[in-house]
Amino acid sequence: MFTIEKLHKGFGPLTVLDGLDLEVKTGQSVVIIGQSGCGKSVLLKHCAVLMRPDSGKIIVDGQSLFELPRRDLMAYRQRVGVLFQFGALFDSMTVAENVGFSLKESLRVKPARIKEVVEEKLALVGLSEIGDKMPAEISGGMKKRVALARAIAAEPDILLYDEPTTGLDPITAMVINELIVDVNKKLGVTSIAVTHDLASAFKIADRIVMLYQGKIVYDGSPDETRVTTDPIVHQFINGLSAGPIAVR
Amino acid sequence: MLGRTVAALRHLFSSLHLILAQMYFTGVKSIWLVMVTSVFTGGVSAWQAGYQFKSYVPMRYLGGAVGKAVLIELAPVLTALVMAGRVGAGIAAELGTMKVTEQIDAMESMAVDPIRYLVMPRFVAGIIMLTVLTILADFIAILGAMGVAVGFMEMPSETFMNGFRQLFLMRDFLAGLIKAAGFGAIIAFMGCYFGFAAEGGAEGVGRSTTHAVVSAAVLILVADYVLATLLFQICSRSRNYIRGSGR
Ligand SMILES: Nc1ncnc2c1ncn2[C@@H]1O[C@H](COP(=O)(O)OP(=O)(O)OP(=O)(O)O)[C@@H](O)[C@H]1O
Ligand SMILES: [Mg+2]
Repeated sequence: MFTIEKLHKGFGPLTVLDGLDLEVKTGQSVVIIGQSGCGKSVLLKHCAVLMRPDSGKIIVDGQSLFELPRRDLMAYRQRVGVLFQFGALFDSMTVAENVGFSLKESLRVKPARIKEVVEEKLALVGLSEIGDKMPAEISGGMKKRVALARAIAAEPDILLYDEPTTGLDPITAMVINELIVDVNKKLGVTSIAVTHDLASAFKIADRIVMLYQGKIVYDGSPDETRVTTDPIVHQFINGLSAGPIAVR
Repeated sequence: MLGRTVAALRHLFSSLHLILAQMYFTGVKSIWLVMVTSVFTGGVSAWQAGYQFKSYVPMRYLGGAVGKAVLIELAPVLTALVMAGRVGAGIAAELGTMKVTEQIDAMESMAVDPIRYLVMPRFVAGIIMLTVLTILADFIAILGAMGVAVGFMEMPSETFMNGFRQLFLMRDFLAGLIKAAGFGAIIAFMGCYFGFAAEGGAEGVGRSTTHAVVSAAVLILVADYVLATLLFQICSRSRNYIRGSGR
């Protein structure tokens, strides 16, 4: 169980998260939608304890994340996989070293086993051939897929995806969506994904929630979301310029 | 951050490969730079000393005076300043880029401590390589000085070396190396500190790099003064002690 309680976060005068509450059940896959700049990435960074809130809590299986001592925080992070919006691949390492990084440096897995896992995960994202390349030598979409392979390499039980399919062509995007669904079901992971890509959202979500003005303003299943009359969500998923969401 | 870096030293042996990689970058790749700097430093100090000595001090002391200046001050400080430009800037730019592209966040999210993985190896490598490079600089600078003395001042190399040997003290040499180690720590630490503080994009990384180099240079000169005073006091006290007990 992943519970976010009254999370507040601002940067100077700008309030980004304004008392946000969200509950994700173990094994559930939640997709967060929302306008660009509304704080989705900031929210995910709190879930990975890469940012600390001004106030509020996140409680995972009874542990309050922001109060964990260092050692327990490390243990929590070993259970979490994060796919960063811009990949965040280590540019001084090869693709294979990137994918195997947490296995080598954090979990201390044997090199032979790391090699197997790296090959397996790269094959999953359809990139078996590029293990020896450097991140600078591959395309944006490939980086995204490598980042996904890296996020799932240690078989975490919580996965945080920040826009897993942005920048991919529609076919690759669908392959990645199916992969995410697969990973979520097979490993029984709890996943929180952020996306603008509605096709992807409908495909991978058990629940879709909408972040607006620092709070979760909508929560429903994909089928409910498609036909919702909620004006904010309706405007967002139909891409209307007129409606309650002011375009900044 | 300094405290956590020191605490990360307990992983010294498991991080040996990282330290060696950094030593290669810090040290081996800077050898030419240090050699060129030192040969000119030595040469110019021989000229200057020769000019000042003229008709006041016998020329046979030239080797000794230049040697002392090189070992105590010139080699450690100038090597450190040049390395602040090369290595300090390199560290700040690399870590700064990693920071703004979220690579450091990514590392943390994978339960790997960036202080252990990135900072500590650079810190240790900085200390070791500055010491080693200073030994090299000592050597090359004195050769440079002798070259000038022999080539342009018509002094036999024996005269120069005798003068050097007469005034040479092991503790001058060691004091120079202790300072060099301290400068190495300063360079690496400023690079890491400002790299981690980088924000924004390329511009933020540029700003961090500048800050790292400038603050390292200033701190090196301040630390030089502080360490010189401290080491001088320790030396003179221990000398009194030895004299006292010898009586
Ligand atoms: N480190 C930071 N310092 C200052 N402001 C920040 C920082 N990180 C994010 N912000 C601000 O917080 C707001 C939310 O940013 P965030 O990256 O979470 O948006 P997002 O919802 O992920 O948008 P997008 O869909 O475009 O990725 C933005 O206005 C951004 O300027
Ligand atoms: Mg974002």
